[in-house]
Amino acid sequence: MRNILGKGLSSWGMMVLLLVVPLVFYYTGNAFYLDLATRLVILAIAAVGLNFVLGFGGLISFGHAAFLGLGAYAVGIPAYHEIYGGWDAVASTNGFFHFGLAIGVGALFALFTGAISLKVKGVHFIMITMAFAQMIYYLIMSIEEYGGDDGLVIDMRSEFPLISLDDPIQFFLISFTSLALIMWLVHLMVNSRFGMVLRGSKGNEARMVSIGYPTYRYRLVAYVISGAICGYAGALLGNFTAFISPEMMDWSRSGNLMFMVILGGVATIFGPVWGAIAFIVLEEILSGYTVYWHLPFGLMLVLVVMFSRGGISALLRGKEGK
Amino acid sequence: MSAILQVQNLVKQYGGLTATDDLNLELIPGELHAIIGPNGAGKTTLVSQLSGFVTPTSGKIIYKGKDITHQPPHTRAHMGIARTYQITSLILDMTVQENIALALQARDGHSFRFFKPARSVKRLQNGAMEILEKVGLAEKAQMKTSELSHGEHRNMELGVALAAHAELLLLDEPMAGLGPDETGKMIELLTSLKGDHTILLIEHDMDAVFALADRISVLVYGHVIATGTPDEIRSNEKVQHAYLGEE
Amino acid sequence: MDTTLLVVQGLNGLQLGLLLFLVASGLTLVFGILDFVNLAHGSLYMVGAFICASLTFYFDSFLIALVVSLPLIGIFGYLFEIIVARKLYERDHLDHVLGTFGAILVIDTVAHIIWGANGISVPLPDYLEGQVSLTSDIQIPVFRLLIIAAGLASAAGLFWMVNYTRLGMLIRAGASNRTMVSALGVDIKTLFSLVFAMGAVLAGLAGMLIAPITEASLGMGNNIIITAFVVIIVGGIGSMKGAFIAAIIIGVIDTLGRAFLDDIFALFMSSEAAENSAPAISSMLIYLLMASVLYFKPAGLFPPKVR
Repeated sequence: MRNILGKGLSSWGMMVLLLVVPLVFYYTGNAFYLDLATRLVILAIAAVGLNFVLGFGGLISFGHAAFLGLGAYAVGIPAYHEIYGGWDAVASTNGFFHFGLAIGVGALFALFTGAISLKVKGVHFIMITMAFAQMIYYLIMSIEEYGGDDGLVIDMRSEFPLISLDDPIQFFLISFTSLALIMWLVHLMVNSRFGMVLRGSKGNEARMVSIGYPTYRYRLVAYVISGAICGYAGALLGNFTAFISPEMMDWSRSGNLMFMVILGGVATIFGPVWGAIAFIVLEEILSGYTVYWHLPFGLMLVLVVMFSRGGISALLRGKEGK
Repeated sequence: MSAILQVQNLVKQYGGLTATDDLNLELIPGELHAIIGPNGAGKTTLVSQLSGFVTPTSGKIIYKGKDITHQPPHTRAHMGIARTYQITSLILDMTVQENIALALQARDGHSFRFFKPARSVKRLQNGAMEILEKVGLAEKAQMKTSELSHGEHRNMELGVALAAHAELLLLDEPMAGLGPDETGKMIELLTSLKGDHTILLIEHDMDAVFALADRISVLVYGHVIATGTPDEIRSNEKVQHAYLGEE
Repeated sequence: MDTTLLVVQGLNGLQLGLLLFLVASGLTLVFGILDFVNLAHGSLYMVGAFICASLTFYFDSFLIALVVSLPLIGIFGYLFEIIVARKLYERDHLDHVLGTFGAILVIDTVAHIIWGANGISVPLPDYLEGQVSLTSDIQIPVFRLLIIAAGLASAAGLFWMVNYTRLGMLIRAGASNRTMVSALGVDIKTLFSLVFAMGAVLAGLAGMLIAPITEASLGMGNNIIITAFVVIIVGGIGSMKGAFIAAIIIGVIDTLGRAFLDDIFALFMSSEAAENSAPAISSMLIYLLMASVLYFKPAGLFPPKVR
């Protein structure tokens, strides 16, 4: 039976460690690793969202950071107005409102940009998704009220009944649970009838069309779902960092997400998490050596692409990853 | 008996090149109609226009009385037209059964069903197994498609077309690359499908064509120069000159 | 809205458009002929600007620096082609994207190490600093005229080269049939390196021309590359003519939009609403344009004939 979950036991083991180790560090006085793990988990959620369309759907979107950024601002902007006044209709510290807005905005942006982008294929699609993400970047930058280039500094977190996101333990647990839930949802979806159509379209689109599937519609729906997931991750990110800036939407962030998805193993459920771990670990180790850590990181990326047999695309064409 | 498919004055031009040149063709329901012709005669272009992947420059395609000339491929699939591909176009990462089930699934109204695993939808899985029985691949149902031989892929292609419950099958060189044994089996299989389905068969293997076809049309430079029973075609001078004579 | 302002902004738009064309032409040349997606093209723009900036201080003259920098950036582009790009031609476009993305990180960081995090302003000689009167009312900076002249000259030069020289013929032939061209004894590898170097010079020139106005900075490449993508998507990927027309349109719309959108909005909404919404919308204008063009013509305005 096809094991789409990836390397079975070791992946489950990784998840358990990911949950337990940071908590252990926290309780022995080292809060740093809990912070790191929280950020890792949030990025992993975004990577799972991207993998849904990229790994399973074959849609190479280089603009997914836009959804993350939009989700973050969906938290930042209402909070900003609650603190500083202005736009009453949106001012709120209510967590349900924040997260709902983040998911909604992510989905809507995916709907509009996807509707156009999905009409083209290949490198055109890659470029158009980059362009749309940049559009949002410039849009947010141009709004002076929200800090433009300097971003928003929001010191408070979304408010929920019974839970306090200010507590790092609770925040981490909520994020981790979200990750697990979303991974499970994605697992269901890719094995469902919808998922079969999506995966078939990745494998051979002309074939799918000739047996009667209007593939555009299915891909658009997948793209919207992906946008919603990344929007949710963005809301978590907006809460996690005090500083919400347009940089979150810069297309180089999209590149990082893609790096996570592809290195971790596309078209697998656990792959994106492995990829997020690889990325965060690399970032930590390399930046420990030098502030110019992008240099060895970029060099690695170039070398991996140049020397991997068949290139990254062979990995992309669905060989099972880790 | 009225024609199930009528192609009227079909023309396809690519810039200066005329791939389809005033092509006229009629298919009778239940027949196996073979299209033969030299390489470059425009056979695959014809199939692409019939299945909706290429838009004709001018002319009409009428299926069961309806003008489908401008219908997109997925709509034609729902009307009962299925095609196979000269180059294997199966989803290699999926299992044999998954491929067929996916083709069957296309007949459902829509597939926006997100939660129940596809492999537990009995109706689809049983239906897929029935088709795999028909094309002789039932034992290999759980194997990954990429692991099958070329000949078995050809059978799968047929299975996918059958899954669509198509009335009109457009078969583009189903015997390409098959050895003598496999060709024999494919001929048996196609014979068993005649009558229930109307088949447009593009093939180079002349023995197979003459064994299977009820009628044959000869395509040269995008134009049908002769249509008739195998005997009529065999003795047609124009055809001998243009095509068979050079074999 | 007085005509003086309109003319001045129109010329600004033309200038931006021509600079965009310089960048986009290299990109579309490389994509159209080498079938290579080069995200790092923007880095060439940036490196050109920095080299010229440094040399301006060294030679104490912008013009000398410009002349010396052009072949230097060409060499840089050539080296990039040999070391990185060449290995990736056979691969998928995704590999191009990821590989050149990695290259950007490397180049950006090295630039950071060499030139620091802050930008470098490039001083102009006095005779380029002044203004020139077009009419009694309208004055334009001399440098702006230089940029427009350089842009037009480059466009004309490119057009002449591609359509009337042997090299241009080889380039066009190479695009449509590599095996045939190499069978004719033409060294395809060198041809491609040459095309790549040319693209680098064009992008570098654009960077050098803009630096005195906006200063040479680390982020400039990453910003311009996306706009260049928008230009070639709108123009039709692989088409020089498309790149030129699209670049001018986008340059003009972007500039005029930023300058006049609030006035236009004020015609049918309150001036406060206009002032608030105009900056946001004008920043998105070219992307909305791109989306509209794509909706009706997914292949762009002037897609080249399919190979």
